[in-house]
Amino acid sequence: MTATEAPPQVACEITLETLEQFPEGRRVLSCIQCGVCAGTCPYGDVMDYPPRRIIAMLRAGLLEEVITSDSLLSCVACYACMAKCPRGIQLTEVLLPLVKEQVFMRLPETPAELQKALQNTLRYGNPSGESPRKRAAWVKTAGYPVRILAEDPRPVDVLWHVECQNSYHPRGQAISRATVKLFHHLGIDFAILGNEEKCAGECARLVGEAGLFDALTDYNMAIFRKYRFNRIVTSGAHAYDAFQYQYRAAGFDYPFEQTTPFLAKYVDRLKPLLTKKLGYTITYHDSCCLGRHNGFYDEPRALLKAIPGVKLVDMVHNRINGICCGGGGGGMWLDTYFKAKGYERLSDRRVKEAVATGADVLAISCPFEVSRFEDSLKLLGYENRMVVRDVTELLAEAMEA
Amino acid sequence: MNILVLLRMVPDVVEELEVAPDGKALDLDAARMILSESDGHALEQAFLLKERYGGKVSALALDAPEVDDALFSALAQGADRAVKITGAEADLTTCGGAHLFADVIASTAGLLPAELVLTGVQAPDDLDGLIAPLVALKLGWPTVGIVTKVEVDAGAGAATVTREYSGGLRGEFELPLPAVLGIQAAEKPPRYVPVAKVRAAMKTQKIETADAPAAGPPARVEVLAMAKPEAAGHAEMLEGSPEDVAARLCGILAERGLL
Repeated sequence: MTATEAPPQVACEITLETLEQFPEGRRVLSCIQCGVCAGTCPYGDVMDYPPRRIIAMLRAGLLEEVITSDSLLSCVACYACMAKCPRGIQLTEVLLPLVKEQVFMRLPETPAELQKALQNTLRYGNPSGESPRKRAAWVKTAGYPVRILAEDPRPVDVLWHVECQNSYHPRGQAISRATVKLFHHLGIDFAILGNEEKCAGECARLVGEAGLFDALTDYNMAIFRKYRFNRIVTSGAHAYDAFQYQYRAAGFDYPFEQTTPFLAKYVDRLKPLLTKKLGYTITYHDSCCLGRHNGFYDEPRALLKAIPGVKLVDMVHNRINGICCGGGGGGMWLDTYFKAKGYERLSDRRVKEAVATGADVLAISCPFEVSRFEDSLKLLGYENRMVVRDVTELLAEAMEA
Repeated sequence: MNILVLLRMVPDVVEELEVAPDGKALDLDAARMILSESDGHALEQAFLLKERYGGKVSALALDAPEVDDALFSALAQGADRAVKITGAEADLTTCGGAHLFADVIASTAGLLPAELVLTGVQAPDDLDGLIAPLVALKLGWPTVGIVTKVEVDAGAGAATVTREYSGGLRGEFELPLPAVLGIQAAEKPPRYVPVAKVRAAMKTQKIETADAPAAGPPARVEVLAMAKPEAAGHAEMLEGSPEDVAARLCGILAERGLL
């Protein structure tokens, strides 16, 4: 699927009460109760109401029980159930967000870490509560000029949407520096929104805070409309997903790509620039949004194969079977909550698989994964055996210039 | 039971604070305002009391940038009434603010009679925690500060409150109602209010305004100068291999007679 081709859009007026009036809602009700969803769900073993049971309860008129339980907070919106459903039910796209919204509204107490992240996103435009006036502060360390549209609003080819993690997190900023280096050497005319940029809000929606998502969509659409550019490239895998499936309903009609698939289109121009032999054995983690939900399995691998001296090995679970890092659907801010419930951190599970491949680099392309996997490597005592690198970082490292 | 909650907007320390050109105050044009954290706890404590004993919660706030957001959020969380006090002078002192609250409580229809006035025990611009005692003084009500728990016996017209002391000590106080309490922390963390509920409150509910009385009491404390702290020294970062760093660290500790 190319980025500019619109996927089937989900009717935005669909609700749990009106499911039967929409084709995608009727499809939900056609469930054959096979249980593949519950079996493939990374937290299916600990959920009181995995997708199969939710549909059964919905059909039996017992949804109240589901939405007054906090069980569905452990849905990390990884699209595994949806990808495997033999009936093609749009679980993660349609049913789960509707149910999660009801669950979220009824939570007797919002888990503290999540509450802070949501309040921060509303107030500061980023979940970590950093100053919005410092969103573009990393640019000073970029190594190359980075144009900020508020300061220089001339039309530009690529509007690079940096996203929160890669603007503020020290490891994310390293990814941003690598991205700048690649754009520079590819001669791409690009600019960023700088301090005007705010979170795209995908996680807010998928944890059930639809109002926050709507507020961010309105804000971001107004900012995009201020400037003239040909296309958007976002570093956020989750932002990409939000643009693809949600923002269009708000009038988002720009051509857009996520950094990794975008760069894959330039692989032939990149190859002559990749002159340094890295000598790494790399295993690539398929991000849920880019991989399972949007089918970008080959693009990151093609980029990694273009690096001299690299051996690529796959984990047991890869591509459509890849295991979520646990950061989606609000999971990024539910680690403490999951731990209190005694759940295994999904990033720990994933890192064990990565280490078992014998690789020395775990390559990623979603900004959430760096801190999640680096934390898990440290927790499990593997920090001397493996490092986590974004695909862009590995490409930039292989450029001697 | 009627509960009044006093709210103030304070500079948000997520943003850099600057000294105003006159060198005597914070540059409020450069600052961004946020609801004082302990006032948020006072509001939550009021909601918990309302849930437990029934009654009405009225939120009163001094006008400031972004105060409407804080008041609509309070309405969405469960406040029954929101009153914004407008027209006060910009450089209001703590004492002036307390007088203003007390005047508006007395002069605005329907706020009195009230059993409790709750406010945050401290704020970044009121580290002495004077708002609650000054309001209590003006109203002639009893007050207790640093409160972390409130129980009310409406029949007996009394409240039992827990006050924190240093070293983990706690004191239990009984005081007659009406009373003013300085809340250190609510019994539960302030609740989350979904954005959709705040947006709904903006459409369906109203913030009332109350005019500040013409002139408060003259300020008796004058700020002579305000300055950013000067860096007096800095930490020395030891760099190198873990072995080198450990050896240097041991050397430094031994040199200072700490080993």
